[in-house]
Amino acid sequence: MIRTLPQGSVYRFGYRAYILIYFAFLFAPLVVTCILAFNDSQFPALPWKGFTLEWFFGDLPHRVGIFNDRVNLDSIWVSFQVAFGVTLAATAVGTCAAFLFEQEEFPGKPLLYFLMLSPLVIPGVILGISILLFANSMGLYFENRWGLDIALFRPGFWLVVLGQFAFITTLVTLIVSARLRKFDRTLEEAAMNLGAGRLAVIWHITLKYLRPAIIGGAAVAFLMSFENFNTTLFLVGSETTLPINLYLQVRDGSTPVINAISFLLIVGTSVAAVANLYFSRSREN
Amino acid sequence: MNPHRRYRFSLPLVLFLSPVLIWLVLLIVLPHVELLLMSLRVEGDDGGFSYSLANYRQFFDEPIYWLTFVRTAVYAILVTFLTFLVALPVAFYITKVVSPRRQGLLMLLLLMPFWVSELVRVYGWMILLRESGVINHFLVGLGLWEQPVEMLYNDVAMVMGLVYTSMLFMAVPLVSVLESLDDSLIEAAHDLGGNIASIVFRIIIPHAMPGIVSGCIVVFMLTLGNYLTPNLMGGKNSLWFTEQIYNQFIASFNWNQGASFGFLLLLLSSLVIWAGLKITRQKLGKVVQ
Repeated sequence: MIRTLPQGSVYRFGYRAYILIYFAFLFAPLVVTCILAFNDSQFPALPWKGFTLEWFFGDLPHRVGIFNDRVNLDSIWVSFQVAFGVTLAATAVGTCAAFLFEQEEFPGKPLLYFLMLSPLVIPGVILGISILLFANSMGLYFENRWGLDIALFRPGFWLVVLGQFAFITTLVTLIVSARLRKFDRTLEEAAMNLGAGRLAVIWHITLKYLRPAIIGGAAVAFLMSFENFNTTLFLVGSETTLPINLYLQVRDGSTPVINAISFLLIVGTSVAAVANLYFSRSREN
Repeated sequence: MNPHRRYRFSLPLVLFLSPVLIWLVLLIVLPHVELLLMSLRVEGDDGGFSYSLANYRQFFDEPIYWLTFVRTAVYAILVTFLTFLVALPVAFYITKVVSPRRQGLLMLLLLMPFWVSELVRVYGWMILLRESGVINHFLVGLGLWEQPVEMLYNDVAMVMGLVYTSMLFMAVPLVSVLESLDDSLIEAAHDLGGNIASIVFRIIIPHAMPGIVSGCIVVFMLTLGNYLTPNLMGGKNSLWFTEQIYNQFIASFNWNQGASFGFLLLLLSSLVIWAGLKITRQKLGKVVQ
């Protein structure tokens, strides 16, 4: 059963086999996707026809590699821009929210705290349509009332940023709050006794202490934004983000270029995530 | 709380409160109020509109709508249960069975696939399962099957895909709750002659209940709101409810009907979460951490 107890060999073998199968199940789709990115074939399928890098660097009429594929490169660039905007805004507001809920007292705090958590339990699709409807109504109102046509209210880049920001900020808030809760507030009191104002204390002391959590929160925000599909689906305009663009291609048939993009994503996110894990661990020790 | 307590609206409070208020009011509260209002609105022929429950009546009158809704809910429950069954032995193995040296590595391997976009994971399964896919290639090559078989685009493939996608959100709470289980309880049960079934049902599961509940809530909610996996792996004539919503919005352009569907989905997911929290007497704030 557990480490300290003796077990029959059949049981032990069976359990190990189960765990092995589980991890095979977990990694099979990713490994196969990566391998087929290098297959010299027009389709992402076996048989293996030899190794090629053309799905990365190729520039032939029937075989355009990802680094020469304008449409996919554009969508990667859009995703980067969206993720950058969301990360900046969500980190700033999330940090404010962490201070608000951990250190301030004000009327209606429990209600506001509940509202802050609510994006976690709202399905992403619903958040997307709600924001789409609200933006559309606001757009109509501004147009009818003042004759203003505001791009922000139409599906497109900024609406995607707002929609993702709406729920990613909650994640940043929770990450920063967790560290802020462990902060020794006597340090602040000491600084105040020495004549510092509240904002100076926050700037010079508390924010320095929070830095690892803020960086960690920003990394999570970037990753979540870069990969978001559900909320983005309803808010996207003509500039598609990478997940939406990939979805459209996968739905209508696929070429190994998608494998090449997937390979880059798998390698990229794994490296980033392991680095983040490593740094957050070494910072905390 | 003391009712006579004075709140001082200091500069830091205003500085922290205003962006948070703008975020929550403009992007969470008002859009969902708008969702409810839109769902109650019916467009007239003259371009005006009136408020009624007609959109909701339409939902109950058309069997295809409410059948999809019920089907989605039932499948989401099934997926949640299967995810739990698969994840519990894995979480137990990582926390209690494997040598502590390997624990970190296994945990990392467990988390790794979920940092990658859901779309890439679903795409991987499509490459494996489809008629020209990798699994068919091997099975036909080994002579087990004469002809390639289409294994994608059916409910079994869809459920498996949903279980795969949800795994992380079950495994992580289970691991963290099992870490706090004292080994000596299991040793004592073993010494007193308990078999595996009684140890699982009378010690491990009762102890793990908080983790099981929070895992189940998250998995259920994510499965209910999933669009990618049912759309890409499920059968073409069996819809998921989020696909109905998408069709109303994008294909039929009937936003009022779509809003009523959205609101019903939100209601169902909130209801299940609320019931789950009530049954186990937990607070939302505790569960999410």
